[in-house]
Amino acid sequence: MAKSPAKKTSKSASASGDAVANRERPATPVPYEATKDELLKFYRDMLLIRRFEEKAGQLYGLGLIGGFCHLYIGQEAVAIGLQSALTPGKDSVITGYRDHGHMLAYGIDPNVIMAELTGRAAGISRGKGGSMHMFSTSHKFYGGHGIVGAQVSLGAGLAFGHKYSGDGGLCLAYFGDGASNQGQVYESFNMAELWKLPIIFVIENNQYAMGTSVNRASAEDQLYRRGESFRIPGIQVDGMDVLAVRGAAEVAIDWVRSGKGPVLLEMKTYRYRGHSMSDPAKYRSRDEVQAVREKSDPIDGAKDDLLKMGVTEDALKVIEKEIRAVVNASAEFAEQAPEPDLAELYTDVLVETY
Amino acid sequence: MATELKMPALSPTMEEGTLAKWLVKEGDSVKSGDILAEIETDKATMEFEAVDEGIVTSIIVAEGSDNVKVGTVIAMIASEDEDAAPAPAPAPAPAVVTNVAEPFVVAEVAKPVAVQKAAPAPAVPAGTEMITLTLREALRDAMAEEMRADDRVFVMGEEVAEYQGAYKVTQGLLDEFGPRRVIDTPITEYGFAGIGTGAAMGGLRPVIEFMTFNFAMQAIDHIINSAAKTNYMSGGQMRCPIVFRGPNGAAARVGAQHSQNYAPWYASVPGLIVICPYDAADAKGLLKAAIRCEDPVVFLENELLYGRNFEVPNVDDYVLPIGKARVMREGSDLTIVSYSIGVGLALEAAETLAGEGVDVEVIDLRTIRPLDKAAVLSSLKKTNRLIIAEEGWPVCSIGSEIAAICMEEGFDDLDAPVLRITNEDVPMPYAANLERATLINADKIVAGARKLLGFN
Repeated sequence: MAKSPAKKTSKSASASGDAVANRERPATPVPYEATKDELLKFYRDMLLIRRFEEKAGQLYGLGLIGGFCHLYIGQEAVAIGLQSALTPGKDSVITGYRDHGHMLAYGIDPNVIMAELTGRAAGISRGKGGSMHMFSTSHKFYGGHGIVGAQVSLGAGLAFGHKYSGDGGLCLAYFGDGASNQGQVYESFNMAELWKLPIIFVIENNQYAMGTSVNRASAEDQLYRRGESFRIPGIQVDGMDVLAVRGAAEVAIDWVRSGKGPVLLEMKTYRYRGHSMSDPAKYRSRDEVQAVREKSDPIDGAKDDLLKMGVTEDALKVIEKEIRAVVNASAEFAEQAPEPDLAELYTDVLVETY
Repeated sequence: MATELKMPALSPTMEEGTLAKWLVKEGDSVKSGDILAEIETDKATMEFEAVDEGIVTSIIVAEGSDNVKVGTVIAMIASEDEDAAPAPAPAPAPAVVTNVAEPFVVAEVAKPVAVQKAAPAPAVPAGTEMITLTLREALRDAMAEEMRADDRVFVMGEEVAEYQGAYKVTQGLLDEFGPRRVIDTPITEYGFAGIGTGAAMGGLRPVIEFMTFNFAMQAIDHIINSAAKTNYMSGGQMRCPIVFRGPNGAAARVGAQHSQNYAPWYASVPGLIVICPYDAADAKGLLKAAIRCEDPVVFLENELLYGRNFEVPNVDDYVLPIGKARVMREGSDLTIVSYSIGVGLALEAAETLAGEGVDVEVIDLRTIRPLDKAAVLSSLKKTNRLIIAEEGWPVCSIGSEIAAICMEEGFDDLDAPVLRITNEDVPMPYAANLERATLINADKIVAGARKLLGFN
């Protein structure tokens, strides 16, 4: 768990005749040197995700959220560290069904996200998408996809679009350790490198694909190596440290923007909750979860750094209080907002009328 | 003993071709495997190999000859130790064909059905000049015109660029538009269907070619889960204006995995537009409409029709409305509803039945989803009898859907049960006789009509 960024000397690299060793690679990332204000922002954004997801869990327990609801608790540093490095309005993001955090990382109004979770007309997908299907094209956030691995090909398509139209943007495509075994991921790796698409593939390795640990599902469990046979350089990153994540983002963005093609980031992270709300998480011990929370929690880590920078406990408590107010308001909004009108049933099936 | 070399058939239904080039001359010694000549059809060039050793004694058909009938003797080869005795009997087919330009054996054009007293498409004013185009040319022209008009349109798929299209539908596009917009992919349907879909979500207008729709099974997740559902799931926020196109339905003698009609599969999915044109004019007008459409379109072509000639209106920007059926032939006794290749069979059947005094109306659905129910029901109201002719399986077919519509919304107009004439309910067999027995044909439609009309 939560290792420091891996050294990129591959064990298999031999001294002579090794094509991998001779190929140009991205620089070794170093932790981002955030200013106090930047780190405060990261802290606030991560805390918003944490509290929002805790509230979503409560609303699920109350029956206000239905179906599947995949919480991002524990993985906050990944979305915040990466997305804070993107250029708004230019770069695009796509992810799977564990998508609430990625939307909050964009600063999208928590009310419309929570209202989507409760299936209300005011939800960002007007109550028709739910937890797994949320989008914000104005932020260039393209979902929110429920089929494991589909977002990787779709993300390559977004990257294709950036290159085709020459808009200078790149695509950040998130997927999990489970999705990293899907065939279409490799089809996409192949074409992305072949066509030098501007895309950062991000494996959020939270150690478990539902209940199956990485070791039980992956012959090569060092997932950052998964792109190497397509010549996509891979970097393993401590996904529990927002500054390490941001540092890796800088390196990856430099690589991709300079036209060198895709790069793969493996974010070593951990989800504290079950795969979805209906997962009792019997496949791991409470001690395991507790150990990660105590030693590697991304929010606690940022807090420690802030205290060292001279931010007071009181100041952090003010932030905590503000966040709780925002989250409570979103829950209130999502509970009070009306359900979609029944007339909406047949709208949006098609764009045009035939 | 002298051996006759005969014009080979590129496919079971090819009737003639061009002898493009001789690679040997009279007096040359050849051995098995040597390439003797190049033969061309409108969609492929193939090399003609020797099977036996011998000396080319005479070249009978000169290179550059067009319309050489299959089976014509084009040269003579004598074995080297020949005793000059004349050949006592026609030799067996002396050569094998190496098909270098096509991934499969492609059936050539069957005998074109004479252009009927067709009601012209509504968009064409009377007196419009018509030009003759093959279906593949019409499809290519549609893509080229839309690419000229809109830089967001690009074509992606296997062999679409440098190879000029596995079935030559994208012929010439690379030359005109270059590799940025005409993109060869690896053989990874799931991946490139996803890339196309993502590009559409990001604002481009992809035309994704599947070499055949059989291979789109690898990619059906993106067609249905990613493309079709996006607009709804996003509450109208995220569109997916993409065209998935390629040949669909039974080809000729390619067995079960390459012979299937997917129209009913895609037609069952809300959020998709499904178009199955029959003739070249509709193919052109509807493909242009599909590329401009804001919704995801599955555009199902038919390989056996690619080489068939049709009349196409010679007008600028010929675009047809999606979702409108077409009355191909007016009649009063019986309606035959069909789509794609079935329309030609229905017209043929109608002609036969006309000889028996039966006045048949033929409806080409053209768009399968959304289905033009009004056109079907108004024809039923007129004729009171309806057959669906469908090149596909009977179970859960478009025919099943039409039958249900007639029951639910046209019951009082029915004088007889709605009849489905389809392929047999089996995977496509390879053997020629079994394949023939499996496929729908005009005779089966005629037999169904007689039954429906109470003839014996």
